[in-house]
Amino acid sequence: MRVVVAMSGGVDSSVVAGLLHEAGHEVIGVTLQLYDHGAASGRKGACCAGQDIHDARRVADTLGIAHYVIDAEERFAKAVIADFADSYAGGETPVPCIRCNQTVKFGDLSELARGLGAERLATGHYVRRIDGPAGPELHRAADAQRDQSWFLFATTRAQLERCLFPLGGMADKRAVRDVAQRLGLGVAEKPDSQDICFVPSGDYTGVVGRFRPDALEPGEIVTSDGRVVGLHDGIGRYTVGQGKRLGDAAVVAGQRQYVVATDPGRRRVVIGPRDAGTRTIPLRDVNWLAEAGESFRCTVKLRAHDQLRPATVCTAQGETTVELGEPALPAPGQACVFYLEDRVLGGGIIARPEPAST
Amino acid sequence: MPYLDANATQALRPAARAALVTALEVTGNPSSVHQAGRAARRIMEDSREVIARRFGARPEDLVFTSGGTEADALAIHAMRAHRRLIISAIEHDAVRSAAAGAAVVPVGADGVADMAALDALLGDGVPSLVCLMLANNETGVIQPAQQAASICRRHGAILHVDAVQAAGRMPVDLAALAAHSLAISSHKLGGPAGAGALLLAPDAPFGTALIAGGGQERGRRGGTPPVALFAGFAAAAVAGAEDDLARVAGLRDAAERAAVAAGAVVCGDPARRLPNTTCLALPGVRADAQVIAFDLEKIAVSAGAACSSGKVATSHVLQAMGLGPLAEQAIRVSLPWHVTQADIDAFAEAYPRVAARLRSPLATRAA
Repeated sequence: MRVVVAMSGGVDSSVVAGLLHEAGHEVIGVTLQLYDHGAASGRKGACCAGQDIHDARRVADTLGIAHYVIDAEERFAKAVIADFADSYAGGETPVPCIRCNQTVKFGDLSELARGLGAERLATGHYVRRIDGPAGPELHRAADAQRDQSWFLFATTRAQLERCLFPLGGMADKRAVRDVAQRLGLGVAEKPDSQDICFVPSGDYTGVVGRFRPDALEPGEIVTSDGRVVGLHDGIGRYTVGQGKRLGDAAVVAGQRQYVVATDPGRRRVVIGPRDAGTRTIPLRDVNWLAEAGESFRCTVKLRAHDQLRPATVCTAQGETTVELGEPALPAPGQACVFYLEDRVLGGGIIARPEPAST
Repeated sequence: MPYLDANATQALRPAARAALVTALEVTGNPSSVHQAGRAARRIMEDSREVIARRFGARPEDLVFTSGGTEADALAIHAMRAHRRLIISAIEHDAVRSAAAGAAVVPVGADGVADMAALDALLGDGVPSLVCLMLANNETGVIQPAQQAASICRRHGAILHVDAVQAAGRMPVDLAALAAHSLAISSHKLGGPAGAGALLLAPDAPFGTALIAGGGQERGRRGGTPPVALFAGFAAAAVAGAEDDLARVAGLRDAAERAAVAAGAVVCGDPARRLPNTTCLALPGVRADAQVIAFDLEKIAVSAGAACSSGKVATSHVLQAMGLGPLAEQAIRVSLPWHVTQADIDAFAEAYPRVAARLRSPLATRAA
């Protein structure tokens, strides 16, 4: 069948293209140009395309498959980068990869694939699609270290229907690199990408500040009962759960402090001791990948590299809330994903709690 | 497999290939005094005479370059001096990237540069160098270069004409145009890539070379010349004179009719256009998706401005014509010298199918 492979230029998606080609499919490689690499790297006159696009083209050449570069800069800037900055300015901690998967990759690229007559869109994500009695299910990858299911919870069932994730069953990254080696791909030993793709320098606050300077304006650090205990240099630099960057407010009354909330309206960062966590997490933008009852027990994951936590998910009057077994410090803007063993049942974005009284 | 992207490059003509291969056997450097050098020089000067004659210049006024881009850059570098630079809004990047700070002459919705605007710009008497292409690479729209030359001469301005796409596809004669210089490219004529020429009028105010080197090309372009490429270039120029342009225009019109019947809009219609070029906008469908879909149908077309990364950028030409969103929805179909009826039949058959699939409401806002 005809398959579009989203090729980033990294080893994972390159191996996906290679495996599908080897299996006899008509593979069309597509690389999304998401932002101007020359500008992002800060090198004047540098090519807008960057090394990754070059690498993807070379892999396609090696395999002998078609390859195209699609300009998605405008869409990515609006749907992902601006949203990223807005989210920080609003006191949240966004996950741009989830936004990108939701809008650019499994939204637009999937539609393009359909327009080109492709039956499937394949990516290099480490997740498994398992076809169950009620349709395709999303499961954690065989390699727990690499599992990316948390980032894909927002994929709709219709999108999942058209997806292929050939790396979900790979034992580990070494196995993937070995396939690349066997296929003679130049990217076999290419280092993994780090951090957020459009912030190659790692200076995410610089990006936030360019779009939303207000997110980097100074403000007060307060305790949850409203006492001002310090000053900060922009709520865009703070995430709920963070213990760093609190300066002289890091310890209050002999107790180590953490960010427990942000108040963007008053540009305040609220701190408290670690046990000041919450058990109740309101969610928004919930996506379901299974039929779920009004209330069920499962495990949830609150951050990309968090542990699985026992919880009860309740849905009533269109509102979804998670009750944790133990208190935690969930960061608004991050995802809360529901798992039943390896299967992703659904998930949502952690909403800001109702404004606390101060 | 229909190749309909001649304005990007086109197949080497058999005569050009033969001349190229023959000349590759010659060892000499045309600057050398010995017999081998003379043999190379003879090929080079024969080529120069042939090309100069074909495009209306004296052989001594022809400067060989590495291609059209260098010819444009050399013209601007050598003749800008203290002149104000004025370019049309639809010039190729070869001119645009060498024209920082230039004033711009707008084009109408038909893609024709506004000569009244040029006249008005030059009316202040400031010494100027004007760049106007003879035919546009994306739309094929033919520009009023002769009129521009007379306006320029009336105001004492200098006119450089980029004839890279026009050459071989319409009569091109520097003397008849009465411009000051003309850029042409070998591979657009069906010669080898890597060769081009800047043709100068006898009164062109040529200043200094971009690359002085060893003083080759009468001090106007240094470097040991690739003699064989120029031999192929000349042979292509000669062979191209025999092309049946009416046949090409007929096939182009047939392709256009099929696309229009499926909902396409012809950009630059009703202006006079090159016989081999049509620019077809499909409302609501991204240009890159169209190019990819045709490639999957094994038909080679392009969208106006592909960056070296392969990414399709929004066309500055179509934007300058005021086409709005259509500027991002147009493909260029350009017929090569060896185009066949079968090529056009395949395109005409594929177009409605591709259009229908890409227009399905879900695909149109792709990526």
